[in-house]
This record gives sequence, C-alpha cells and structure tokens, in this order.
Amino acid sequence: MSGVHNMEKFVQVQTVGQTFDTKKGKFVALRDINLTIKQGEFIALIGHSGCGKSTLLNLIAGLTKPTDGVLLLEDREIAGPGPERAVVFQNHSLLPWLTCFENVYLAVERVFGTKEGKQKLRERTAAAISLVGLDHASSKYPNEISGGMKQRVGIARALSMEPKVLLMDEPFGALDALTRAKLQDELMRICEATKATTVMVTHDVDEAVLLSDKIVMMTNGPAATIGEILEVNLPRPRNRLTLAHDPAYIGYRAAVLEFLYEKQAHVEKQAA
Amino acid sequence: MSAITISGDFGLAKPVDRSTSSPPVAQIAAEPAKEKKMEKTASVPAEPGTPFAETLANLGRAILPPLLGMVVLIGIWYIATMKGGSIPGPLQTWDAATTLFADPFYRNGPNDQGIGWNILSSLQRVGIGFGFAAVVGIPLGFILGRSAFLSAMINPIISLLRPVSPLAWLPIGLLVFKRADPAATYTIFICSIWPMIMNTAQGVQRVPQDYLNVARVLALSEWKVVTKILLPAVLPYILTGIRLSIGTAWLVIVAAEMLTGGVGIGFWVWDEWNNLKVEHIIIAIFVIGIVGLILEQSLIMLAKKLTKESS
Repeated sequence: MSGVHNMEKFVQVQTVGQTFDTKKGKFVALRDINLTIKQGEFIALIGHSGCGKSTLLNLIAGLTKPTDGVLLLEDREIAGPGPERAVVFQNHSLLPWLTCFENVYLAVERVFGTKEGKQKLRERTAAAISLVGLDHASSKYPNEISGGMKQRVGIARALSMEPKVLLMDEPFGALDALTRAKLQDELMRICEATKATTVMVTHDVDEAVLLSDKIVMMTNGPAATIGEILEVNLPRPRNRLTLAHDPAYIGYRAAVLEFLYEKQAHVEKQAA
Repeated sequence: MSAITISGDFGLAKPVDRSTSSPPVAQIAAEPAKEKKMEKTASVPAEPGTPFAETLANLGRAILPPLLGMVVLIGIWYIATMKGGSIPGPLQTWDAATTLFADPFYRNGPNDQGIGWNILSSLQRVGIGFGFAAVVGIPLGFILGRSAFLSAMINPIISLLRPVSPLAWLPIGLLVFKRADPAATYTIFICSIWPMIMNTAQGVQRVPQDYLNVARVLALSEWKVVTKILLPAVLPYILTGIRLSIGTAWLVIVAAEMLTGGVGIGFWVWDEWNNLKVEHIIIAIFVIGIVGLILEQSLIMLAKKLTKESS
C-alpha cells in the first residue's frame, strides 16, 4: 500500500451496522455507516442522545464488533481493542489505587516496555503529564484532584501511547463550561503539535465547530446512520474569541444547529 | 477511592454483608473529593472553645457512654446476685480473676494448664484453619467471579452447604483425621471458607466495566490485569470476607473445643463447668468476648491501612 493511499483513507468504516440482542428482541442501533477518515484529521461525531455516536466510537476502538460491514485502520481490519487506538473515556476511568503518574506509566510500559529502558519510560510518562500541564499533580491519586484534572490525566494516558487514532467519548461532557473551554484549547494545541488523528463524540455544537475538520452528524436512533458530513474550513490555529464574530464560523454553527433541531428534531415524538 | 468504601463500611459496629448492602463501587468513585474537604472545614467553626478543651470534650463524649453501659451491666449483675445463689457476683468473679491471671502460663499436665495457654491454643487453631480457608477460598472466589459457567456450577453447592452448622462437620473431621485437634481446626476451615469465596467472587463480579475497558484498550497481559486491576479492586471485598469469617471462626472454636476436649478456651469452659467453678466460666465469657473484639478491630485496622495504601 502506498503512503498516500493510507494518508487519505487512514480509517475506513464500510457499510457498518450494529444490532444488539435485547430482552425485547433485536435492536438496530446503527445501519449503513460509511465514513473515511484522513490521517491527522479531527472528526466530531454529533447527534442527539441515543443516536449511536458512542456505539460507533466503540466500534472504531474495537471494544464491540459490528454485526454488519467492516472497519479498517491502514487497510487492516480492526479485530479488537488495542493501544494504537487509544480511548479517552467519558468518565476518565483512571485506576483509583494508582497515582496519576502510575496511571500513565501503566500505558507507557505496555506500549514501549519491550523496547525501552525504565528511565526512558519514566521520561515518556513525565512528558505526557507535562503536555497536559499537570507536572505538579503527578504523584497525586485521582481522588485528590478535580474532575478537569482527571480528564487531563486520561488524555495524557491516551497520548502517551502515541496512538495512531485518538478516540474521545464526550471527554469534556461532565465538566463546567470554563474548564471545558480551557481543555478544548489545550486539546487543539496538543493535536496540532502531535498531528493526532482524532475522533471525538460530542453533543456540544460549539465544541464540534471549534475543534473539527469534519463534523459527522448522525440521524436519530434507532437504526441511526450518518445524516450529513460538514467540512469545517477554518484556518488553524483557531481562537475562540476571534471566531465568535467570524461569519464562516457562525455559518457552520448554524448549519449544525439546523441539522440537529430542524431535520432531526423529532426525538420527543419518536420516544412517545 | 476504595478507602472511602472501607472506612464507611468497616466503621459500622455491626458486620454488614457486602453481598446485600454494598453500594456500587463506581458510584462511590464518582464522589468528588472536594465535598469531603468542605464538610471538614464546615464542622470546625461549629465547635467552640480552645483546642485542648475541645479534645477533652470529644474524649469524654466518646468514652462516657460505653463506660456508663459497663457500669449499668455490672450493677445489674451485682443486684441480681446479691442474695447469693449459684451464680457468683462481680466481686467474687474479680477475686477469682486476679488469682487466675496472676499465673496464666502454668502447666500441670495436659488437662490442667493456665488460661493463657488455653487462649493461645484456641487462637492457633483459628489461625491455621483460617489460613487454609484463605489460601483455598480467595483463589476459588476469583475463579468463580471470572467464570459464569463455574459460578453457575458451584453456587448451588455452596448455597446448600453454607447454612450447615460447622459443628455438623466435626464428626467427619474426627473420622478423617482420627485426632481431635486437626478436626477442630478443620471445622474452622469449613466455617471460614464460605464468606471468603462469596465475598471474593462478588468483588470480582463488581469490578467496574470501565476499568476492564481500560485493560482491553491497553491490551494488558492477564498478569497485569490481575495485579493492577482485579486485585486492588477486589481487595476491599476480600477483607470483608476475612472479617466476617474471623468472627464466625471465633464463635465456632469455643463450641468445637467443648466437644473435642484437649487444650483450648472452649474446653476450659467445659472443664470449669465440670469442676463447678462458675466464676471461671464468667471470666471465660469476658475473655472470649475481648479476644473476639481484638481480632475484629485489628482486622478493621489492617483493612484501613491496606486500602489507604492502595487507593
């Protein structure tokens, strides 16, 4: 395979469907998902709750297997979870009995432990922690730090593995607006520096427009699929203050809102 | 986080079975640490006075009620035995205790030894039986927790055998071991093993899916999964199992020794009954209670220490 080919079709999701067996019979969560992600691209998955955006993320992570179709990373089938597709979980999922450093070290050791010495592994861990600005909290336990800091450790853990794809499941969903804005800025800086290919699940329109190269908008479940894909052509680095008055930014924001609240506004009706 | 679980659960005076009343671990883990700090600072201004007076007042509040309870108990005992009768009063018992504890470690042949030796040999039996139960029960609990098939296979057997009084196993023990001493140890093994298996298995089943997902994404080796995720997550449950079983073990050993004879606090009680030294029986009741209390409290302290270190 040529490098160019891989760059353009880094992650491929081909006619993927996901059906769950429930007590009430089969439940079709996703159908006919087709998506191609370029290397280094930042993708946001957005939709109303229950539209299967987390399901799609778990499929890319390999945590669940699709009932239909196939997912490829660099033309290889995604057969299961692995450290080359790091996940930042919604609730940070740090191990409470390990310090922040040890939580990150566990990941670093797993990925680089066979090739590198202890000293190098410790350096990598420290570097990942300072990337998210937490050097001072390195030896603290997760229950001693705030929610925003925990989420940053979760991001540091994911980045420390130098993954091919960074998968984030509403990473800032549980945080207050100010902390969220700060972490979004940090994430933009990190993604620019590391050129990480990122897929982020979100329900926040501003977050999606600010961070993404492409916004994948999903229709309502059950049997959800991709409704529209919006390309966000805003120059980087992006600044939330200047963008707030940028007509292009406002246009993108309006497009996503329109999709969510006009075209896919029948959530309540369906639930009833 | 698990430190919170422990201090909360272990702080209760009554032993609480984790299988019925434990809150999900994930829920506890979600509690922000901030809240704790706020509670602490909020409670400080509510206490007036100098630090020294405050400590003294707190101490008084902690010690006074239990002390009063003891005084009431001994008072009732004193009044009930005032008119004589077969049960000795507190003063007689105290006199007997001072002579008894003046020389707790004498040996006049196998059937006449000091109370110290009797307590130690009972503790030894509990320790051995209990140790074997931990060695067998904890790994078995892990296996049952990890495998739904084995769990479904073995759970009915455990449900059937668990309600059986450990003393019912004593004749089988005597038959197999031909000697009283290992038979008594064996009953301790039997009664200690159920809480260990059940609590460990429960703990393994309740390891939050999030932690296991982390293990899957990192593709950790089975060894790392066990040492870094399962063991620390299950430790509070194992400690609860240990605490529950040491209580039962100490209950059972007295009864088992009454039946088997030899040296031991249970046998001693029976022997003193045959000698009609009722004040010694009352002393034995206190001693058994105090030893049981010490066993349980030291396990609670161990649990706090371990979970603080690992959380």
